[in-house]
Amino acid sequence: MNTKSMKKVLGQNSIWLVLLAMCLALTLSTKTFLTAQNFMNILTTESIIGIIAVGVMWCILSKGIDLSPGSVVALTSCISASLAQQFVYAGRLFPNLPDLPVIVAVLAALAVGTLIGLINGALIAYTKIPAFIATLGTQLIARALAQLYTNAYPIPELKPEFKNIAQYNLFGVIPMVVVIFVIFAIVSGYMLTQTRFGSSIYAIGGNDQAARVAGINVEKNLIKVYTWCAFCAATGGILLAARSGAGNSSVGLNYELDAIAAATVGGTSHTGGVCRISGVIAGILILGVLKNGMMLLKISPYLQQVFKGMIIIAAVVFDMRKNAKKN
Amino acid sequence: MSEYVLEMDNIVKEFPGVRALKGVQLHVRPGTVHALMGENGAGKSTLMKCLIGIYHRTAGSIKLKGQEVDFQSPNEALHHGISMIHQELSPVPERTVSQNVWLGREPYKNCHLDHRKMRQDTVSLFQEMDLHIDPDEKMGNLTVAQMQMVEICKAVSYHPDVMVLDEPTSSLTEGEVTHLFDIIRKLKSQGCALIYISHKMDEIFQICDEMTTLRDGEYVGHDFAAETNVDALITRMVGREVSNMFPKTECEIGETVFRIEGLTSGKQVKNVSFEVRKGEILGLAGLVGAGRTETVETVFGIRRRDAGKIFKDGQEIEIKTPEDAIRNRLALLTEDRRGNGIVGIRSITENTVLAHLKAYGFPLNHKKMREDTEHYVAAMNTKTPSIEQPIMYLSGGNQQKVLIGRWLLTDPDVLIVDEPTRGIDVGAKSEIHSLITRLAGEGKAIIMISSELPEVMGMSDRIIAMYEGAVSGEVVRGAPEWNSEYIMALCHGQNG
Repeated sequence: MNTKSMKKVLGQNSIWLVLLAMCLALTLSTKTFLTAQNFMNILTTESIIGIIAVGVMWCILSKGIDLSPGSVVALTSCISASLAQQFVYAGRLFPNLPDLPVIVAVLAALAVGTLIGLINGALIAYTKIPAFIATLGTQLIARALAQLYTNAYPIPELKPEFKNIAQYNLFGVIPMVVVIFVIFAIVSGYMLTQTRFGSSIYAIGGNDQAARVAGINVEKNLIKVYTWCAFCAATGGILLAARSGAGNSSVGLNYELDAIAAATVGGTSHTGGVCRISGVIAGILILGVLKNGMMLLKISPYLQQVFKGMIIIAAVVFDMRKNAKKN
Repeated sequence: MSEYVLEMDNIVKEFPGVRALKGVQLHVRPGTVHALMGENGAGKSTLMKCLIGIYHRTAGSIKLKGQEVDFQSPNEALHHGISMIHQELSPVPERTVSQNVWLGREPYKNCHLDHRKMRQDTVSLFQEMDLHIDPDEKMGNLTVAQMQMVEICKAVSYHPDVMVLDEPTSSLTEGEVTHLFDIIRKLKSQGCALIYISHKMDEIFQICDEMTTLRDGEYVGHDFAAETNVDALITRMVGREVSNMFPKTECEIGETVFRIEGLTSGKQVKNVSFEVRKGEILGLAGLVGAGRTETVETVFGIRRRDAGKIFKDGQEIEIKTPEDAIRNRLALLTEDRRGNGIVGIRSITENTVLAHLKAYGFPLNHKKMREDTEHYVAAMNTKTPSIEQPIMYLSGGNQQKVLIGRWLLTDPDVLIVDEPTRGIDVGAKSEIHSLITRLAGEGKAIIMISSELPEVMGMSDRIIAMYEGAVSGEVVRGAPEWNSEYIMALCHGQNG
């Protein structure tokens, strides 16, 4: 590899260097950071946000935004939990429900989540209202539906098979929630680079008018984007219920903002048309390592938020300056 | 003091690679209306932008009332007595009329806005101009004509010595034009000099006293309205040799491949019909705003079609979206390269394959994408360091070549090109010309829109002229009417 292409590879992946530097600093300053257990902890903690991030990055790529994932997580955690409570438990939400297989709970939650995504997409594509407004509306509605559905009570006593969706350890060491995150990251990255859908969204985010003239159906593609994003969020909701052992209408608060932050730190441009899956994964890990590291360093949780905010701002400033230099 | 209020001499303006003004002069007397004439691209707007400080002239002198001036911004020009009404207005639609008139110089009373004075001043200003518009109405609720009147009143409130009107009547009805002319006469009688840019000959002879004509960035003459006529002026505007920049080669013209009948879309496209044959280049001539772009956008499914039929190879086809158009082997190189042509931030490869994504299967065949892109980069002689380069870093000419490659990749039967050489340097321009000719030779039917008369005449086998949304005439190459004066007259809505 010559120096020029080396420089290019490094330039495109400078965010991984940042991550590496952070890991190095933490390895030197703490005894507990560089352990397999700690790494698995970071991955497990960040998986659900990660799954949402590989969904919401599509919305940002298309020059939009999705504010509803956190609420979709709450709603789908409640729906899946309500259909997966142990048959013998007396306090079930639906006492007359027959003993359903776990797959029904999963499919029902995915269906509801996907429906919300369809609504988001259709609103944005056909009424042309800003994505911020459309998804702010569905954020409020989905959260309220979750509360109405459960009367704001938690839904506990879930079947072990259901809890295993998140808690089972593959090969005895890798939690399922991490495995599913990896699958979603691969699928999202594959769609981005290997399918017509991905190419179309790059074009729509870069210049939707040009995409339209080139024969791309902008509306249909936007609907697919928001549907995929909500599908990811619904998966996150199911996993959250399975991991915590209960459905709850108050969970998932601000998850979308964490996911948007991760995608943004990972170089996804809010002016549309720029996104790389490797960057987004690095973004997720950077925020995860930061949180974990500050915990190990016993930094006050309030101060942690200050650092997180600074990192997000710095990442975008850095990114914009890098692009400005090219000009 | 000199007899002129404004003297512009030897004005030169250079852009990278282009000399837009090559030593132009303009002398304007106080209390007169002075028409600035010339084809599209002759340099009229550039000259005016140099005057009011939007552009900075490369050389030349501007004297206002005998004083040498060099304005750095339109605002500075305004405060020295030069105001310009642009063709595209820029009002603040959500604020009231009087707020718009006094925007940026609102009167204060103590430490708060003096709303009453603002309103009263507006009322008296409107009374003086005989304008009946409620100062408290929201600007956005006004018609375009009313907004324009308000804009003119706003300019008048600065008591200018020179007022520039750029195509002021393009969106006005006849009654509104009469009102505008009353206002112009009133300003004239008060000693204000007006520079009037318009393509409408009858209006120019109605209102103007003198005219200065530009052609290709050069000064070609000055006339008094009383001593000239429409024909002489048109000859002055176009009177040049058609250069051999246009490598027109005769090629076999086959059967009709594409035809539209009675195409109508809103007010911009009115009952347009034409056909184009295999191997033929059909030129669409006309002034800016004649509805040519709107016509081809309607054909391509970008704009809603209210009426009319589209035929391809003798069969009626249904086009509702650009997707339908591409499926029927049409291609449209749009006029607005940045607006709806390039995806600036994405690579040359991605921009090349964009209209042809269906051909690369699942998963996408990236190797074939790169090969196709390399092929067109080489075939078009596109200059770029790499095909992974974002297209926005290329020059306009090279961007245009990538976009032509995008459409050739779809192997169209009918290629529509809208102002294919606008804003492109001379070298790339002639490359694009020979390419278009070659494509016609290969049997493609080509529809070419161009506002440059030499270009459209140099390239086309047949020309359709459009005026105000409708077809105003047709001329075939070789016919006795095939001359620039006749075609220019058609573009001005006059029957030769």
